[in-house]
Amino acid sequence: MTVEHTGLEIAGRRWASRLIVGTGGFRSLEVMEEAIAASGAEIVTVALRRVEASAPGSLVEMLDRAGLFLLPNTAGCYTAHDAVLTARMAREAYETDWVKLEVIGDDRTLFPDPVELLDAAETLVDEGFVVLPYTNDDPILARRLEEAGCAAVMPLGAPIGSGMGIRNPYNMSLIVEQAGVPVICDAGVGTASDAAIAMELGCDGVLMASAIARAQDPVKMAAAMRGAVESGRLAYEAGRIPRRLHARASTAMEGRAEFHTDVSLDA
Amino acid sequence: MKIVLNGAPRQVDARITVAALVREIGGGRSDGRGVAVAVDSAVVPRSAWEEVELAEGQSVEVVGAIQGG
Repeated sequence: MTVEHTGLEIAGRRWASRLIVGTGGFRSLEVMEEAIAASGAEIVTVALRRVEASAPGSLVEMLDRAGLFLLPNTAGCYTAHDAVLTARMAREAYETDWVKLEVIGDDRTLFPDPVELLDAAETLVDEGFVVLPYTNDDPILARRLEEAGCAAVMPLGAPIGSGMGIRNPYNMSLIVEQAGVPVICDAGVGTASDAAIAMELGCDGVLMASAIARAQDPVKMAAAMRGAVESGRLAYEAGRIPRRLHARASTAMEGRAEFHTDVSLDA
Repeated sequence: MKIVLNGAPRQVDARITVAALVREIGGGRSDGRGVAVAVDSAVVPRSAWEEVELAEGQSVEVVGAIQGG
């Protein structure tokens, strides 16, 4: 019997991989290219900055050549106003209606500002964008974003770049339980087991950047993450055993041999 | 004439087009993919770059692709 891997579907588009990789933080374009290939990711996030700080030609060419789907973000925006304008710029630059919407509340936590986030999401949905919001792990906000027309919700596991894993698995489960759109765990993953946990909780995908890009061996970590996401998803679909306090033997008790208790064990 | 380009004052030819400005500052690929331009906070579609002329004192943002998470 072969095991079937189900793919990720967002806004009517299908991908085989459930892992989305951020392109930021790599020490070179070469390492980035190799790591993305090892991760099996088909969607990668990209950003926009003033041209004196960017080399737009080579990056886009490389990612296009690899056949990747480019998902621009609005990283660094603190207000709905800036995020909407950045999304409009990204639509022009990358020729896509898709946007990873980030509206940050402060630079110490990089937590989303929920009020500005929802405001920006509503505006961008109205303008025809496919909006994938990076959000707090708050089930109510996730529901409001879905009601606003977002194509997915992307709750954080822990602060961006912290590598702290899934700090509130119960909230993540609540978000998964109620969501009618895909749930992508975005931010917080530090190592492969974190990605597996996110998938075991029922997330439809995981988005990560630092965990791969800043690992000592990014290419090897990308391969680890690919395996973790696949394994976690399979485990979720397979249905884990319930946790119990006491042991439950896996070997049947019937049919055991019986021995005389008064026989010496000496050979 | 003087415009503000990416937050800094810059001297450019009078009535320079958006397309000419992008070429002048070396913004990415020749087909412009990976680059976007806003004039006074309004995005100028790439298809209009050749026609849109800049005016004295306008604020222009030219952004390009970078790596990001």
